[in-house]
Amino acid sequence: MTDQPIDVHVDNLETRFPGMVSQDSRQGYTGYLVKPEGLTAFATALRDQMGFRYLSSVTAVDYLAEDLMEVVYHAYRLEGGPALVFKTQVPRQEPHVPSLVPLFPGAEFQEREAWDLFGVRFDGHPDLRRILMWEGFGGHPMRKDWHEAYYEEEAKPFKNRWPEGQVYRIEDKVPYGHNVSYPSEFSPEGWVPQEDVALYAGLGKIQGNGDGSGGGLDTEQIVINLGPQHPSTHGVFRMVVRLDGETVVDLRPVMGYLHRNHEKLGERNTFLMNMPFTDRLDYLCSMSNNFGYALAVEKLMGIQPPERADYIRVMMAELTRIINHMLAIGFLLNDLGAYFTPVMYCFNERELILDVFEAVSGSRMMCNYFRFGGVARDLTQDAFGMVKRLVQERLPPKLDELERFLVKNEIVRERSIGVGVLSAEQAIALSAAGPVLRASGVPYDVRRAEPYSIYDRLEFDVCTRQHGDIYDRFLIRFDEMRQSLRILQQVVRDLPPGEIMTGKPQYQVRVPAGESYGRVENPKGELGFYLVSNGKANPYRYHIRSPSFINLTSLAQMCRGQKIADAVVILGSIDIVLGEVDR
Amino acid sequence: MPDDLSNPEYPIPEDLRGQVTITTLDKIYNWGRRSSVWPMFWGLACCAIEMIATATSRYDMARFGMEVMRPSPRQTDLMIISGTVTKKLIPQIVRLYNQVPEPKYVMAMGACASGGGPFKEGYNVVSGVDQFLPVDVYVPGCPPTPQALIHGFLVLHKKIAAQPIKAIPGYQKAALEPLPIPVLGPDLINLRDLPRIPAAASGSGPEEA
Repeated sequence: MTDQPIDVHVDNLETRFPGMVSQDSRQGYTGYLVKPEGLTAFATALRDQMGFRYLSSVTAVDYLAEDLMEVVYHAYRLEGGPALVFKTQVPRQEPHVPSLVPLFPGAEFQEREAWDLFGVRFDGHPDLRRILMWEGFGGHPMRKDWHEAYYEEEAKPFKNRWPEGQVYRIEDKVPYGHNVSYPSEFSPEGWVPQEDVALYAGLGKIQGNGDGSGGGLDTEQIVINLGPQHPSTHGVFRMVVRLDGETVVDLRPVMGYLHRNHEKLGERNTFLMNMPFTDRLDYLCSMSNNFGYALAVEKLMGIQPPERADYIRVMMAELTRIINHMLAIGFLLNDLGAYFTPVMYCFNERELILDVFEAVSGSRMMCNYFRFGGVARDLTQDAFGMVKRLVQERLPPKLDELERFLVKNEIVRERSIGVGVLSAEQAIALSAAGPVLRASGVPYDVRRAEPYSIYDRLEFDVCTRQHGDIYDRFLIRFDEMRQSLRILQQVVRDLPPGEIMTGKPQYQVRVPAGESYGRVENPKGELGFYLVSNGKANPYRYHIRSPSFINLTSLAQMCRGQKIADAVVILGSIDIVLGEVDR
Repeated sequence: MPDDLSNPEYPIPEDLRGQVTITTLDKIYNWGRRSSVWPMFWGLACCAIEMIATATSRYDMARFGMEVMRPSPRQTDLMIISGTVTKKLIPQIVRLYNQVPEPKYVMAMGACASGGGPFKEGYNVVSGVDQFLPVDVYVPGCPPTPQALIHGFLVLHKKIAAQPIKAIPGYQKAALEPLPIPVLGPDLINLRDLPRIPAAASGSGPEEA
């Protein structure tokens, strides 16, 4: 990978950057505070000398009382180990932070998100536009002093919802009767809507063509919008593509069409109320989303679930992985033009696994099954029997069958081998995660790099593939399903009896002040929850490092120079879910 | 289906019962329409996955002649709004709705499309697609199970069966106006609200409780 010797000590950072870096000494906080003027030098040293080459998460926190805006970074070593957290603090009025995109291209979308939602300006960012809201939206919604139209109180439970109180709904009191509010100086007369001018202007053009100097035909480049309503964008997602003939010259993803304000709602809700909301992030993998959130809050509370609960959690998370990869493969084939047949086969297996979920949690998709310190309900004998039958009898042959149908198929191979290549270096730089990273040959899996729950005592391999093209991303999902089955067989074999909950189930959990970052290896990559608690009943900051969103950073890189028909397949091979991209 | 097609007021001779049915034009026409409702193939959010699950083998929408899901609004009878309607997307939804040929039907699938659902308080969420489109059937649930969605289809079938040909909106002589497409300003601008905006904006924002 790199020839430089890796400095394994990170405890001398303060002496190495005198006056620039200091330990974060606030109660319950970890990591380092870096002055904004020293941030670039610090990040460069981190990447090139200390081996923290993977910048996983960038987000902002609005400390209203201290009048500070804080940008939080999490960086990792690819050999494994915990995160190095570093932060930089700037005043709230005009927050300016140097952009890390020149060092870590994977921060591009995350910095845009911080600008969009918090109003933090990143100097040196190549394309600082709003990403989830539209250009011209009034204000930066995640700021603590920005109130939405249906604003009632800072935090739930609302006082007017008590049974003896006068119950009313806020929507009966807003001026328009629905969810809008305008700034006081706004008048529709003379107002011109902002179009996507900046978006189209930012699309790169190949220079030196169109005047006959290109050597071939004189072609005119055109800009095409795919989506937001398009059958192969896996939801409401838009790709703005500049085409030269059939070849993609440049591409910009546009998202936010499903931005459901998850984080703002999460900061109004109590800790437990967020659990059902996490189901609706990546709505194919609700169980593993629960897992990440439960881990983050348990870290803050300092509790451990009992043995049996851990086993049940891992069982559910791995079943979810099988569901997700099944659908990823099915929809990838759908994008390739096999239409609906593979999806039909994959959905058959999914239904059987959903039966298990329905038996344990009462719901097919939105399971809301994990609790802080355990799971909501015990795994019944019936459900256990179902899981046993699935992992021992039903799924392995079905997986073989699916593989036999698809893997050697000539059209699949022709369309996907060597297309949309992402090299290992690029994948790391672009902060890709999960199957996208591993298919490029980087053996990084959170379950091995920083084991959580009981993964440290389970036997499984971290799957990698070496080419980083669509075919490898397609095959690695088969590999991972096989490993999931391996894990499941061990879990089914060793499931211990006993309690499923530490302490008694409670409606309000007491969470001490501090910050935590819980991460799990979701089917789509590393899902992280960054929480800041100030000791109250609701999180002060609730941020999701969503793998789908960050994996999209590499989409343009993979699509340049490919055909437009391949761009659709490349998007399918990343396997995004818009609920998680837009949150 | 021939049971509710035949008109018992006209007795049919015993030996022709299997071949002849006497019915009304409305009935036979609506029987044809409701047995081939083509939904538009587009998903917004989580509900879309359950919608696709309804189309797959265990639940199978093909039983109602609904398996033809085309992504183009021009080949659509039914728009299933399957997911959260955000302010950023509602202009496109209204534009698509205007492109669907009459007679057209809208189904609000799930809590979000019906009324904002769990995300109702969000700043980017429209509290129900019925603020902009005329909704025919609401399917409750978060997400509705495939069974619930199929029940929604059956309710829609009943609704279609009960429409006399002369009363179908799209078959009238007068041309139908397209719905106004909302605009994205500092917040979503519903063009029906335009006259009220300056007054309300210059006043206070949301009233203090």
